[in-house]
Amino acid sequence: MSLRVLAVDDSLTMREMLRQTLSEAGFNVVLAEDGLDALDRLPEADPDLILTDLNMPRMDGFGLIDAVRKGEISARVPILVLTTESAATLKDKARSAGATGWITKPFDEKSLVSTIRRVTAM
Amino acid sequence: MRSSGYATDPDIRELVAFRTAGQDFCIDILSVREIRGWSRPALLPHAPTYVQGVINLRGAVVPILDLARRLGLEPIENTDRNVIIVAAIQSRIFGLLVEAVTDILSVPATGVQPTPDLASDITRSMLKGVVVQEERLIRLLDVGQLLPQFEDAAA
Amino acid sequence: MVGFSDLKEIFFVEADELLSALESGLRAIQTGAEGGDTVNAVFRAVHSIKGGAGAFDLKALVGFAHRFETVLDDLRGGRLQPESALINALLHASDHLADMVGACRQGLETDAEADERVIVQLELQAGRLPGAEEEGFTFEPLPMDGPFSFGDLGVSTGQTFLIRFRPHASVYASGHDPALLLRDLCALGTAEVTLDMADLPQAGSFDPGQSYLGWSIALTTTSSADEVHKVFEFIDGACALEIELVDRESPPSDQSLFGASSQTTLAPSPGGSEKASLLPTPERPPLPPPAASRNLAAPSPAEVSPTAPGKGVAPASNNGPRPTIRVDIDRVDRLVDILGELVIHQAMLTEAIEQSPGFGSVEVDRSLDQLRQLSRQIQESVMAIRAQPVKPLFDRMHRIVREVSMAAGKSARLVTEGEATEVDKTIIERLADPLTHMIRNSVDHGLEVADKRISLGKPAEGEIRLSAAHRSGRIVITVQDDGAGIDREKVRQVAIDKGLISPLLELSPQEIDALLFLPGFSTASEVSNLSGRGVGMDVVRSEITGLGGRVGITSQRGQGTILTISLPLTLAVLDGMVFDVAGQTLVLPVSTIIETLRPDGSLRHSLGHSDSVLDVRGRCLPLIDVGTALGFRTSLSQGEGEIVVVVERGDEGAIALMVDGIRDQRQVVIKGLEANYGQIPGIAAATVLGDGSVALILDPNDLAAVANAIPRPPIQHAAE
Repeated sequence: MSLRVLAVDDSLTMREMLRQTLSEAGFNVVLAEDGLDALDRLPEADPDLILTDLNMPRMDGFGLIDAVRKGEISARVPILVLTTESAATLKDKARSAGATGWITKPFDEKSLVSTIRRVTAM
Repeated sequence: MRSSGYATDPDIRELVAFRTAGQDFCIDILSVREIRGWSRPALLPHAPTYVQGVINLRGAVVPILDLARRLGLEPIENTDRNVIIVAAIQSRIFGLLVEAVTDILSVPATGVQPTPDLASDITRSMLKGVVVQEERLIRLLDVGQLLPQFEDAAA
Repeated sequence: MVGFSDLKEIFFVEADELLSALESGLRAIQTGAEGGDTVNAVFRAVHSIKGGAGAFDLKALVGFAHRFETVLDDLRGGRLQPESALINALLHASDHLADMVGACRQGLETDAEADERVIVQLELQAGRLPGAEEEGFTFEPLPMDGPFSFGDLGVSTGQTFLIRFRPHASVYASGHDPALLLRDLCALGTAEVTLDMADLPQAGSFDPGQSYLGWSIALTTTSSADEVHKVFEFIDGACALEIELVDRESPPSDQSLFGASSQTTLAPSPGGSEKASLLPTPERPPLPPPAASRNLAAPSPAEVSPTAPGKGVAPASNNGPRPTIRVDIDRVDRLVDILGELVIHQAMLTEAIEQSPGFGSVEVDRSLDQLRQLSRQIQESVMAIRAQPVKPLFDRMHRIVREVSMAAGKSARLVTEGEATEVDKTIIERLADPLTHMIRNSVDHGLEVADKRISLGKPAEGEIRLSAAHRSGRIVITVQDDGAGIDREKVRQVAIDKGLISPLLELSPQEIDALLFLPGFSTASEVSNLSGRGVGMDVVRSEITGLGGRVGITSQRGQGTILTISLPLTLAVLDGMVFDVAGQTLVLPVSTIIETLRPDGSLRHSLGHSDSVLDVRGRCLPLIDVGTALGFRTSLSQGEGEIVVVVERGDEGAIALMVDGIRDQRQVVIKGLEANYGQIPGIAAATVLGDGSVALILDPNDLAAVANAIPRPPIQHAAE
């Protein structure tokens, strides 16, 4: 079984990039456009990991993390946030919302994959 | 660019030779798409006399040029035996109305000689040179020169 | 498989959408029409462009977007107020960003000086020191491979760290698994792991949400203390962690790496399950410890709620974006081509059947009818795929209005209506230039300057109203200004001065307005830099005509001018009337036909030279023989030109066309003549008929121009 990743980003470019990078690394990828879309897809995707952008329309990354952590499904799935900021405040905010870790954009394939492996058992 | 099957020796050019208005002409086989029988074209308004009209070539609308008129030669008889050589230059496709296709020639690059002085200016400007084959003088047409006036029209 | 260049193309396509969202968001803020999320959406647009640009290493774009975004962040955070000067600077930056994206798309360098000028202007407006940063802005890919160098175990010297680690409860809630941290530690060297269960509570008081376990690890590694710390990066602050260097020069442990790690990974599980089996409350099953629980969704029945998982959140599926796919346009075009063939072959089939003995049978008739309907439905569906809303086109016009009004020293705003109206993609693309020119004209020539407007009792700010609507199978686009209207005396005088019309010619107001479309006509006494450029409304007209469209103009002195474009919804097929002239088969677009008649010779009046008019119920229309106009004949023989088709030509009024015979009315597939030949005056395009022959499609507008020595306006001696 390959690792299932639910990747959430409102930018089509980012989504395509994630899909390409993650597929090449052998992961199964489900894409979502924003927090609500991700919640919609969560039951079926049954991910081993959620990778999410923070600033998105309708429901942002914090909202998604909160909803997942408080929800019934996949409440303890590792969640990595994608952020362009290296600012510590954002990381703290993400962590206190329940994020497992973070990846700074722009990422290279190696760092993305190694960070994912770091928080998953795969 | 040279398609396989023709001219394995790069120095050999294959030319399609044909006759119209009593003269022999040829064009590079690479610019020839197909050769087909004559069918009645739809007239184009206010077109030059050598533009016979347009025909349907598998869904594309293609103009037909009467080569004899184009070169200012004696008009040829309109018969069903005439043939249309469909040629492509750049992305443009057009048909050349001629009397008959006579031959396919294999000519070494050195076999094409400069156009002799005997041709008229209008003809000279549309020739790349001549090929002498079995005592026949065959004029090598510069296909691109046959439709210069379209450049403006299409702009 | 998506390649890098495809990804880049996706980025540019998306960037266009984001730029459009950015601009319309800023405009909404400007007019106070924004919703709660508008500022955020605007921020997000710039942010996403920055993100994508970073991925493709477009440094200038990243730098500009970052500084742009910083200002927007202040606006979002309420540290800046959306004052009009700021919004203008933001709009300016947004226009510039669009230019930069455009340059990058073409692989060009952006003009660094201009970039800097625009962004500094914005920063000054926002009260920021140009280029100032709260923190060092670096945008380099973060190298993260340090702790994961699995391969560097060969070095025999190393150091030993003693690590004591006890995660807080929140660590499990954040999706962490201590076993993974231990795995990563083990990967750095050799580790001896001891599980510390001293804090495990008594049976019965176990709370699955709590953390009771701790670990002590003796790690012998060649990695630095920083690298060891890095393993705990994500849970820093969420655990009790001590890392102590105990032995600087220890030899590599002889203990097997895997021996140590298997001890580690096994440790939490038995502890957890033992405890679980001891739990006394069956109706609330305990969560197994995190390592084993991640994929087990085991809610207690009482907690299952239909709106899970997001509490208080509306079901996403109802208001979520509808699923869409992106398709290469070539594929759709291929479909359109095949469809064209289908229509032609359907016509051939119909013709063949009509000549066969089976013709007239009810079944054959019904089947043919069904086929016709189906192929029309396929056509409409394919056309719907190619159809796009005019909104992106209209959005671009805001910038035109901004730029032209600024340069002309006028105040103007653009109001758009019917942005959701859909039309064929190609038409939208080819509409951009003429529409831009029309909008420029309206601002530059139509609107008065603010002072003048005020003195006339009009609002200082002029209004350009751009609207789109579907009307009887066509799309109608209007550009309306509330300016001065056309000065007809001046227009007439200019036309006379330029020798375009005879001074003796009596012209109706409508005909004078139509003079604006004459080639070489320009109302501005001096050629304006803005709308001038030597391009007149005649170019607009020929571009619209090239699309099978018509342009009209109406004007009211002092009230403004309305330019109207009417276009077919698609460029692929049209309903045509097939007719014969001088032995040639031709097609007229049915949409232009008003009526066909066989007039009495007495209704035909000659007007001097070669012109003649036809009296149609008291209305005198210019009468043109199609065969003569196209040069197919010089005079009419007996039985020729006896049928007259009255066609409309937009605001120029109807004309009567003489033809020899009408065959039928059918759908025809439009085939361009430009690709292999060129444009022909009076001819819009060609089509292929059922018998495989070509027929030309007439352009009635142009035909009148071809037929008349003085093309426009038509000589129309009023009979009303």
